[in-house]
Amino acid sequence: MHKYGRLIMAGIILFLVFPLRAEYGDVVLNKRAEKEGMPPVIFPHWFHRIRFRCKVCHFELGFEMRAGSNNVTMQEIIDGKFCGMCHNDEIAWGVENCDLCHSGRPGLKSKIHGGHSTGGPGIW
Amino acid sequence: MLKIRFSCGFYTLLLMATLLLPLISSAASKWKSLEKDGIHDPDSPAMGVLQEPAAALSKLPQNTSGNMVDWVKALEDGAIHPRTNLWPETKVRIRNDDVFLEKTGEMPVVRFPHRAHTMWLDCKNCHEKYFISKKGANPITMMKILQGYYCGRCHGAVAFPLTECDRCHSVPRSKLEKIKAESRKAENRK
Repeated sequence: MHKYGRLIMAGIILFLVFPLRAEYGDVVLNKRAEKEGMPPVIFPHWFHRIRFRCKVCHFELGFEMRAGSNNVTMQEIIDGKFCGMCHNDEIAWGVENCDLCHSGRPGLKSKIHGGHSTGGPGIW
Repeated sequence: MLKIRFSCGFYTLLLMATLLLPLISSAASKWKSLEKDGIHDPDSPAMGVLQEPAAALSKLPQNTSGNMVDWVKALEDGAIHPRTNLWPETKVRIRNDDVFLEKTGEMPVVRFPHRAHTMWLDCKNCHEKYFISKKGANPITMMKILQGYYCGRCHGAVAFPLTECDRCHSVPRSKLEKIKAESRKAENRK
């Protein structure tokens, strides 16, 4: 057996038992955030779908159903578009609560994270 | 000699761990806490303010994949009451028919329920952008779906994952006509 074989196997077992994984459908948005000095944004689908049907954001608000294809700027959110349609201190917390959305680890790539059985299709 | 005994012990341990895995796994990490999910910054001021997945999801009808929640059942049973629209003038459209996709090779036929999908989505989310509203007009393949097209827009990303074969491939060919007839009846009742 390889010198570190046992260690590697133990690592694999530990990873299987205690995996480090985001919740299924979590989206990291970091096209602009870190370039402009803010931590990446984490959008949890699970939290939002308890309160809104998909059609509210993906039909009424016009979010494309493809990670990275929505060119959302903070200015637009402040002006009440996209996230700003609800994040306005009326339906949900307002834009002054920067840290609640910009709560990601540094260096994260924009994409759909999470996954229980699949990590999502390759294209994500 | 000693080395062999060690290895045997190790493999016994490995085997035991593998057998116990589902048990330990479900108890330890059905939903990761935000601090330990690998994407949230544990030092962020949002920790402790944002709702934890387990706090919300453990109360909903359970499932074995994705968010470990049966979202369609949660909605149908009234466990959640997500808003359908923000603007009063938005028409909320529900469609009740089933579409049967029969060119599935050796696999059972796919029953696509419009109802479960329109409870969540609007017609325009899929039509005519990703699916043409004409029977036979969409060359859907499993490969395309796995690459994130057609059903794979959502399934495998936010809707239940592609490991759940039988949730879509649910109609054995021997029962196809019977299930089609039942589906037509149910459509009129709803």
